[in-house]
Amino acid sequence: MKESVFALRRARRLAGGVWELVLAGDTSAVTAPGQFVNLELPGKFLRRPISICDWGAGELTLLVKEAGEGTRELVRLPAGTELNVLSGLGNGFDIARMAEDAILVGGGIGIAPLYGLAKRVLETGRKPALVLGFRSGAEAFYLEEFAALGLEVRTATEDGSLGARGFVTDVLKGLPDFRYVLACGPTAMLKAVHALPRITGGQFSFEARMACGFGACVGCTIQTKKGLRRVCKDGPVFHKEDILW
Amino acid sequence: MVDLSVTLAGVTLKNPIIPASGTFGYGREFAEAYDLNILGSFSWKGTTREPRSGNPQPRIAEAPAGMLNAVGLQNPGMEAVLREEVPNIAGIFRGPVIANVCGFSLEEYAENCARLDEAEQVRILEVNISCPNVHAGGKNFGSDPQSAAAVTRAVRAATKKPVFLKLSPNVTDIAGIARACEAEGADGLCLINTLLGMRIDLNTKRPLLANRTGGLSGPAVFPVAVRMVWDVYEAVKLPIIGCGGVASAEDAAEMMLAGASAVEVGAANLRDPWACKTIIENLPGVCERLGVDRISDLTGAAHGTGPRG
Repeated sequence: MKESVFALRRARRLAGGVWELVLAGDTSAVTAPGQFVNLELPGKFLRRPISICDWGAGELTLLVKEAGEGTRELVRLPAGTELNVLSGLGNGFDIARMAEDAILVGGGIGIAPLYGLAKRVLETGRKPALVLGFRSGAEAFYLEEFAALGLEVRTATEDGSLGARGFVTDVLKGLPDFRYVLACGPTAMLKAVHALPRITGGQFSFEARMACGFGACVGCTIQTKKGLRRVCKDGPVFHKEDILW
Repeated sequence: MVDLSVTLAGVTLKNPIIPASGTFGYGREFAEAYDLNILGSFSWKGTTREPRSGNPQPRIAEAPAGMLNAVGLQNPGMEAVLREEVPNIAGIFRGPVIANVCGFSLEEYAENCARLDEAEQVRILEVNISCPNVHAGGKNFGSDPQSAAAVTRAVRAATKKPVFLKLSPNVTDIAGIARACEAEGADGLCLINTLLGMRIDLNTKRPLLANRTGGLSGPAVFPVAVRMVWDVYEAVKLPIIGCGGVASAEDAAEMMLAGASAVEVGAANLRDPWACKTIIENLPGVCERLGVDRISDLTGAAHGTGPRG
């Protein structure tokens, strides 16, 4: 865990209430895709935990969905705003444990960490398969960015306005070669993917309301097969065999 | 050179700053951030006899200048704490530890306190009487003088260690409850616990917390805590640990001026993991500004009376 100041470089509206924020600062504490940062916001007591979309030397990219007052204000902060950031939080995706027949599965704002994950998987010389789900084509985002990595972008939308009609699970049912998933998205999506009989293993990134983000307050605890686990400190990525719904 | 040391019921702390129960776990997470030996003490997570998984999610909500929590006393239970946490604490902190003890019956309070005899590093028992009272229909033991007195009597008979009752602010007359604890032999008091609150989600039109209500903490409660410490200081002779919304060395000094002998820092740790370290570093400067060589001289000074040990 590292505390440092990041400066907001630019904010760009992607689709609906989803924004891309690029911040400049020390990213040395970030060690794995799927980790998160906890941002202190002006006028708010609790920090806001945001999953890391991508990071490089001195630059951090976050995708933020306007969900409440805090995130609504965050995406509208002027460029140059300095934010106190706790970085290096959580256990992210473990690429070493990723099976050969793996596919990245994301839903809505949950696709954010999959971008950084896909980049790191590519660095190992493997080309990950990918399926992204959205409510509609109008709410889809980051498709070009994923495509620019050289990936085939499969999509599902609930209204069929883009890609396959239905959910990511409907797409997965037509892809019998993949048995291992790296997933992030709404709980209902994670649960449905987890329940697919063909999926034998995987890593699932969870979301929870948090206070501290570093394991002290136990506000975000969930029950797992290994007992109580903190989403912030023991997760947010959990392995398929440990998950209880 | 300012003397930061304070004494609580015969236990000397190198400074008055104590991370508050429920915001510091059993010290493990903060030991990764800084050397805990700078602390006066720390109050560990409220511990019950049985392990508890706490309330369903969500348990946390934002509030103006603070937060609500409805964790619900999640803890591994006394047995696991004695077996796993107490030996671990010895490796990360050399000072006196305050054990926050909860219970759902008088027998459980007494048993939990007695079991801590074997933990030498635990020098003060902080008895949390905000837990539901199973013998009185779920009401808190801290909600009236009679049940607060009954817990004090039960734990007083069960241990030789100093016993501090941690009082709830959700009462009409906190001074009356403080007097009841003093009359039954309490060695000190800690106040305040969180204030009951609620948030409602405008999207779902339902309470935001799964438990519906939660405890408010953070700077929002600071003036309430200062007022209650003031009232209790006027009502009893016992040393007081002031707790509630402290976020700076200036806040700590203010709490001591109201009557606190030591100060707990809670929600601030969750926003800033280094909050206690920063407060301790700033204490000498604040003392110099206030013109005291010994920080203990601040205790109760706003009343025009001297310190208590």
